[in-house]
Amino acid sequence: MLDFIQQLGRSGFDFFQRLGRASILFGHILAGVPSMILRFPLVIQQLYSVGVLSLLIVLVSGLFVGMVLGLQGYNTLVDFGAEESLGVMVSISLVTELGPVVAALLFAGRAGSALTAEIGLMKATEQLSAMEMMAIDPIRRVLTPRFFAGFISMPLLAAIFSAIGILGGHLVGVALLGVDEGAYWSQMQASVDFYDDIMNGVIKSIVFGVVVTWIAVFEGYDAIPTSEGVSRATTRTVVHSSLAILGLDFILTAIMF
Amino acid sequence: MNTRNTEIIVGLFIALGLAALFMLAMKASNLNIYDDNTGYEITANFDDVSGLKIKSAVTMSGVRIGRVSDITFDSEMFEAVVKIRIENQYKTLPKDTSASIYTAGLLGEKYVGLEAGGDDENLQQGDKLKLTQSSLVLEKLISRFVDSFVDKDKDDK
Amino acid sequence: MTDLSAPLVEIRNLSFARGDRMIFDGIDMDIERGKVTSIMGPSGTGKTTLLRLIGGQIKPLAGTIKVDGIEVTQLSRSALFQLRKRMGMLFQNGALLTDMNVYDNIAFPIREHTQLSENMIRTLVTMKLQVVGLRGARNLMPSELSGGMARRVAMARAIALDPMMMMYDEPFTGQDPISMGVLVRLIRELNDALGLTSIVVSHDIEEASSISDTIYLLSGGKVVAHGNADTLRESGSEWAQQFMNGLPDGPVPFHYPAPDYAEDLLSAGANK
Repeated sequence: MLDFIQQLGRSGFDFFQRLGRASILFGHILAGVPSMILRFPLVIQQLYSVGVLSLLIVLVSGLFVGMVLGLQGYNTLVDFGAEESLGVMVSISLVTELGPVVAALLFAGRAGSALTAEIGLMKATEQLSAMEMMAIDPIRRVLTPRFFAGFISMPLLAAIFSAIGILGGHLVGVALLGVDEGAYWSQMQASVDFYDDIMNGVIKSIVFGVVVTWIAVFEGYDAIPTSEGVSRATTRTVVHSSLAILGLDFILTAIMF
Repeated sequence: MNTRNTEIIVGLFIALGLAALFMLAMKASNLNIYDDNTGYEITANFDDVSGLKIKSAVTMSGVRIGRVSDITFDSEMFEAVVKIRIENQYKTLPKDTSASIYTAGLLGEKYVGLEAGGDDENLQQGDKLKLTQSSLVLEKLISRFVDSFVDKDKDDK
Repeated sequence: MTDLSAPLVEIRNLSFARGDRMIFDGIDMDIERGKVTSIMGPSGTGKTTLLRLIGGQIKPLAGTIKVDGIEVTQLSRSALFQLRKRMGMLFQNGALLTDMNVYDNIAFPIREHTQLSENMIRTLVTMKLQVVGLRGARNLMPSELSGGMARRVAMARAIALDPMMMMYDEPFTGQDPISMGVLVRLIRELNDALGLTSIVVSHDIEEASSISDTIYLLSGGKVVAHGNADTLRESGSEWAQQFMNGLPDGPVPFHYPAPDYAEDLLSAGANK
């Protein structure tokens, strides 16, 4: 019993120690942001591997989520004779919640884990050490561009997810289930407020982008430089990112809505 | 090197993202419909405007001809003052046009329906509609319904 | 300004510990300019750690490390970076950046630290590649290189900015005889041709001895012997004897510390 409490205490201290390390690293990364403007080719390279390569999974998932929303939404609303409101239901669900959250979860799984593995592997093969010895700050050269790319990509991916989800809902609702096309769009346009709904969704996705990329980059940089260490770091990225996204979503929703 | 290709693809990706945001802003929200300055403004007072919102549609014969631009409360007359902005192309509304608040569908939004009167003179900027009918509030409707049964009982006794 | 007859690297009273294990216990070392110095010892004596201390990647518990008269342990981050531009380091497995080809790897430090035109860079990289004999391999990716070739590319990268000293971390480990021969020759020739000071960390006695001007033998956190290869072979120190002659038992024992053998066998039966 005492062992358990001791273990718990140690885990608690470990957690705070890691949080502290992560915050210091975050400070270093941000310090390198101004110089990114001069080194934009690095960021572009990372935008490709982090953003563009996540595009496919976001598009496919967005489409399916939108279609399911259309289907389920119709089934629920038709009992109240309110199937005209399908557009409202689909768009608000996507823009305020599903778009930012699901896109962020997918991003954490695909791009976040890739970032952690890549950086962890660079650490394990002493590439980061070699850079240090060549008088090149590995944080500025390796971590900051990736962070910047994640921060830019996330809101774009969330928007793409929501947009294609709405189209998916349209596909199922209007084309397959017979909801009136005009009603789908006009009700949506009347009910979805740009500032309250869409901008808040964008803010959410920006916050998620910062947090997920930060976790991914930190875990890679902090990984134990063995193959087991890297694999554990990758797992931690996905798990911690997912929990952080869901937790932050609750907090942000409570604040904003 | 293939940096050029990478840059092009990244550019397309960012363009796609911005286009998605733009599409959301334009087609999925109420952003583009609010035209602040075109059209002319008239007012109408109602007893009850429950459920009516700013930017709610204003229709005549089922065609949307304007939008609700403002809703305020007159604390002397204890009435709701609704400002309506009508598009410029509809200049021939008679001065005795009446306005009623309807509901579109069971869970639908409230909108203002206008019915033309017979006056020769047309509505101008700043005019006030005289005939109005308030929105239906479900509770009042139910209580009226229940009351009618009570009255009926009394008559039967 | 700098005294050219003084050693390039002066280490005095250096102490370093990891956890509660003392890795270095007040050691003194001099690395002479223009010479190849080897640091040898059994595995785990912290030879790589020593290179990191000299390069300022880690800070010692106590003691001083002077490189070209500059105290490494007191340097600010930017001053340390300036110093590192004058040091070249070869890591055990090359540590090439895996997302770029050989040419870009060697050009990397040049591009990062100078504003030279691509033409100039091409000239420089070609020259460095020629020195290590890999001019034809310039477009290969690190994953396509053999271990020995990777190390040679890493060498070319390390001398890209014409440093004043080179540090080699176990360059001979796991090499076939031919690659070994190539590396050995390269280290010595580079040192002499470019006027470098080289520090080689290794436990390959034959190879290291053949090119070293001075050898330091480390064990148990202390310098147990130093001098040139002949001095060490003839030294009376037991450590030196065991190491230089590759004896399996001696000051570094064969048996890992364990309880008495007879007792262990008897109690194994009793505990059943």
